[in-house]
Amino acid sequence: MSSLYSFFIAPFADFAFMQRALAGSLMLSLGACPVGVFLMLRRMSLSGDAMAHAILPGAAAGFLLYGLEILPMTVGGLIAGVIVALGAGAVSRFSIQREDASMAAFYLISLAIGVLMVSIRGSSVDLMHVLFGTVLALNNEALLLIGGIAVVTLVALFLFWRALVAECLDPLFLRSVSRLGSPVHFIFLGLVVLNLVGGFQALGTLLSVGLMILPAAAARFWSQRVGPMCVLAVAIGFISCVAGLLLSYHAALPSGPAIILSAGAAYIASILVGPRGVLRSRLVHHRHRTA
Amino acid sequence: MSQAALTFRDLTLGYGSHPAVHHLNGTVRKGSLTAVVGANGSGKSTLMKGIVGALRPMAGAVVKMAGIRIAYLPQQSELDRSFPARVVDLVSLGLWPRRGLLGRHTAEDRASVSKALMAVGLEGFESRGLDTLSGGQLQRALFARVLVQDADLILLDEPFNAIDAKTVGDLIALIKRWHGEDRTVMVVAHDLELVRQNFPETLLLARQPVAWGATSATLSAENMLRARRFHEAWEDNAPWCEPDGHGHDHVAHDHSHHDHDHPSKQKVAS
Repeated sequence: MSSLYSFFIAPFADFAFMQRALAGSLMLSLGACPVGVFLMLRRMSLSGDAMAHAILPGAAAGFLLYGLEILPMTVGGLIAGVIVALGAGAVSRFSIQREDASMAAFYLISLAIGVLMVSIRGSSVDLMHVLFGTVLALNNEALLLIGGIAVVTLVALFLFWRALVAECLDPLFLRSVSRLGSPVHFIFLGLVVLNLVGGFQALGTLLSVGLMILPAAAARFWSQRVGPMCVLAVAIGFISCVAGLLLSYHAALPSGPAIILSAGAAYIASILVGPRGVLRSRLVHHRHRTA
Repeated sequence: MSQAALTFRDLTLGYGSHPAVHHLNGTVRKGSLTAVVGANGSGKSTLMKGIVGALRPMAGAVVKMAGIRIAYLPQQSELDRSFPARVVDLVSLGLWPRRGLLGRHTAEDRASVSKALMAVGLEGFESRGLDTLSGGQLQRALFARVLVQDADLILLDEPFNAIDAKTVGDLIALIKRWHGEDRTVMVVAHDLELVRQNFPETLLLARQPVAWGATSATLSAENMLRARRFHEAWEDNAPWCEPDGHGHDHVAHDHSHHDHDHPSKQKVAS
């Protein structure tokens, strides 16, 4: 019993930095995982990755100008992300080009600008902070920011739920009954940017998208409805954060990759054993009914 | 004279500089049941998109009756069948005009969804995933959504494509029911026999309106021949359509002026 306590509870009970890391990553899951579900259902999983790259130059600019200060980095990342999201979204809505292509074009431009800036002003050590984050060094400001983002995300999802579902399920129908189609798409892209920016403090720009996509992709194998899928994604996100932090603590591994790898393990397990996963649908011999 | 649900005022709709519906004038009477027929590329779907507002007119206008509620079933639905939704979720989308973004779905709303599913013969399908439906079942679910929308003007773009005869019969019965309820219905269809039997009025399109009025007169051999002569292809260097003093548009757009295939703009007030 005491060994269970010392393995699972003691790291969080004894160390303030672990408590902060836990609080930060759980709050992050609360917003990022449902956003990830919609990202996946809209077949935009890779757009999330592109957006994460797009945020990098903004965050790097803030970092190079003001050092490891949360506000400039966040604002910088937000600005870069919003420009790319709006640009790519607008091109796909108002021209013949689809969003995958416009998103790729905009994020590559953004990424190139970022690399250019870093090569002029910074060092590669600085870049590592931005790229990989430090969940174990979240200060009050960062926790406040992540909490705020979670609240904004959940409120926005609650308010726009019906429109988001309609826009995913049948966009042409939504357009025929409401003018919300385009606004809700941009609101959604805004939520993606917001949650990626919230995530890069903890997980870095490259891995923050992991907590968004992996739990969502895992939840897809367990549920056939959007609402439960979102709840499940958050639960998988929670478990991944706790498991990742424990793994990082006990095995002295970097915390960001440990959390994302835990989510990755949950994803692979879901592929295998989820009710809609490979084993159940392929290997289990199904009996069939007469009608 | 009864009220007009829709009035087309010299309406030209198209893509790029090429018109797909060219100088359409006329009115769709409130409570009328109209078939829209014509060859592929004759502008039928384009007209539907123009009415619903998904395509802006290049010239002219569609004037809608004030406060009219429109239900539109497009030919190429952008419906994502892999989306994790049940039949009841799809049909409940039809509650949007009534409840909007935030309005609660009441017990009465849920009852209207059940009633609509029953009307299209999909009772018991409520919890079925969309990816498990056959083409005909999905089409019936979409009709149920139109039922729930409770619209004044119903636009159906080729709703009978790849649908078996029995289902077509069921859907026609629904369309007639809407007609009986004094709703205005426009249906794009290809099966002329079906149109002759079930639709009192017909608009025959060949980019230009060829004829519009009572179905039997519209689908005369002479009109059909005229409609058949129309050239589907765009001509990149077709002359610009200039205002000709008959109230036509003042925005120039390409179109072909071949006398031999230029159907006269016969307009039958309906």
